[in-house]
Amino acid sequence: MEAPDEIFEDEDEALEIPADPMRLNMGPSHPAMHGTIRMVLDLDGETVMNVDVQPGYLHRGFEKSCERGTWAQVFPYADRLNYVSPMLNNVGFSLAVEKLLGIEVPDRGQYYRVILGELARICDHFTSNGAGAMELGAFTPFLWLLKVRDWVWDILERETGARMTHSFGRIGGMAFPPTDGFADDVRAIIPEIHKVVGEAEGLLLKNRIFLDRMQGVGILSKERAVALGCSGPVLRSTGVAYDVRKDHPYMVYDRFDFEVPVGEDGDNWDRFMVRMEEIRQSIRIIEQALDQMPTDGPVSVTDSRIMLPEKREVYTTIEATIAHFKLVMEGLKCPKGAVYSFTEGGNGELGFYIVSDGSGTPYRVRVRPPCWYNLQAVREMLIGDMIADIIPTFGSINMIGGECDR
Amino acid sequence: MSKKVTKLLQKEFGDKILLATDFRGDAEVTVAPKHWVEVATFLRDHEKSAMDHFTDVTAVDYPEREMEGGARFDVLLLCRSMQHNHRMRLRTELADGKKLASLTPVWSGANWAEREVYDMFGIEFEGHKDLRRILMYDEFEGWPLRKDYPIDRVQPLVEYRDVDSTLKLPPFGIEEGQPFARIDWEERLAGRDEQVSPSIGLQLGQRRALSDSKVAEDQAAELAQKKAADAAETPES
Repeated sequence: MEAPDEIFEDEDEALEIPADPMRLNMGPSHPAMHGTIRMVLDLDGETVMNVDVQPGYLHRGFEKSCERGTWAQVFPYADRLNYVSPMLNNVGFSLAVEKLLGIEVPDRGQYYRVILGELARICDHFTSNGAGAMELGAFTPFLWLLKVRDWVWDILERETGARMTHSFGRIGGMAFPPTDGFADDVRAIIPEIHKVVGEAEGLLLKNRIFLDRMQGVGILSKERAVALGCSGPVLRSTGVAYDVRKDHPYMVYDRFDFEVPVGEDGDNWDRFMVRMEEIRQSIRIIEQALDQMPTDGPVSVTDSRIMLPEKREVYTTIEATIAHFKLVMEGLKCPKGAVYSFTEGGNGELGFYIVSDGSGTPYRVRVRPPCWYNLQAVREMLIGDMIADIIPTFGSINMIGGECDR
Repeated sequence: MSKKVTKLLQKEFGDKILLATDFRGDAEVTVAPKHWVEVATFLRDHEKSAMDHFTDVTAVDYPEREMEGGARFDVLLLCRSMQHNHRMRLRTELADGKKLASLTPVWSGANWAEREVYDMFGIEFEGHKDLRRILMYDEFEGWPLRKDYPIDRVQPLVEYRDVDSTLKLPPFGIEEGQPFARIDWEERLAGRDEQVSPSIGLQLGQRRALSDSKVAEDQAAELAQKKAADAAETPES
């Protein structure tokens, strides 16, 4: 009779599971962690007990680099912040410097900026939602969305000369006026965007796997989101209707009729749906902007201390040559002071805190990256969820390494 | 919009508010470091201010102010009210080596922001529970966003290979060619004030980065005097 007890004792010892949580490194180059980021997970079985999110693997010294050139030389760096919507960064930075200078861009330029910016926002949301769905195995919507994103990029390429990193913004306006067929091109793409959004939703919204992995996963409460400094779709998904375009209208956003979609639970599903709805609202803005946009007139200020004079004049008149030389060699001279200017970027409030000492070189350029604070909230979203939930949750944040790590 | 908050703060704190500015519509209030958390908590909790939405914490380095006897850093807090839709920028001047009380008990969002300020400027926050580097790696030495940290210094974790035999060499080394930055902070802080961009030259007013180009003017005057002296000497000999 003693023998079985002994066996049981042995088995007890053999089956003893260590009580300490298991520590697992995820990233920095994990196929599902788009953007290089590392997560140190404490796991109890498959449940995430604690997570340490470690950004910084894409840090390139954006803020330090800005201090070495002229104000205009910041634009290529700004392009590479959120590289899926570079136009919004360009516009955000030029608005900050224009605030410091105390100038305003002509109406036509403002509408032009709005339209290009909203196209960039649509691209951003396409990428985020498409990639998010792809990581859950739904490859088709990803390809369909990116197909239309490519068509939008065709328009941006025709306007700016580059598909992604445009460097098209200028302090005091835009580099070039709209091309002749711009309005027609944009009007032609709008039905395609509507169509592909509908198609992607048709594929995903009734898919059991997609629903199970999105609904009720990665929940963030309203109060925590506000205290953590979240903004953009992540904040709106929790039910807070904060959109810089609505609450602090800049440029001509107060002239458009559009709505701010909000979620209820702050889970992955809400973030996905908020982005989908925002694409539709962006289209509404674009349609109204195209109708209201003046067909003639300058898109930039004509002050040759701020904008480069026209090339023809530079080659023929001495005044323009001097103005060109001074702008290129010395750089634009901003008055002494500091301002904080913020716009609605692809991921939320994209702020620039810029300090000028009166010379042609920025003294300090601080960018407030929306991703940074959204990513900070990921820890609270993940704790208590399963390890597999990390993928859709992280995908729905739309962390862009270039912007987050700078 | 946020002028109301400035007035509210001035009424509540009186002399503790050292400076209130409204440059380009950005309300900014300066306090001493010891009142940093007190004013921030008031901003969050008072019903007329109600700044519940954390926006940002950042810093700016002014080494030249330190040489003139002031505090070296500006630390800034940006916050916003969801309810009233207004904003405030709180600023404090902090000397190098001094610690600032952490805002993490007031807004949880300050966690990463303060870690970044620590990482980039070396400003320590008292009461922050997890103050370690966030963007740079642990082995990194120095504080990259300070002006006296040279922009072209490299600290590779894995040493660079010797690439003598490959064709991938850059056209010139780091000491040759055009300088990487327009301002050489190391020289400037050492008092030599030899600004970079020698190719551009002093005459263009390019070398000065500060708006008051008194030093540049002095140098130009010195140069003119020297030239005059040379011209006076020449006929004698």
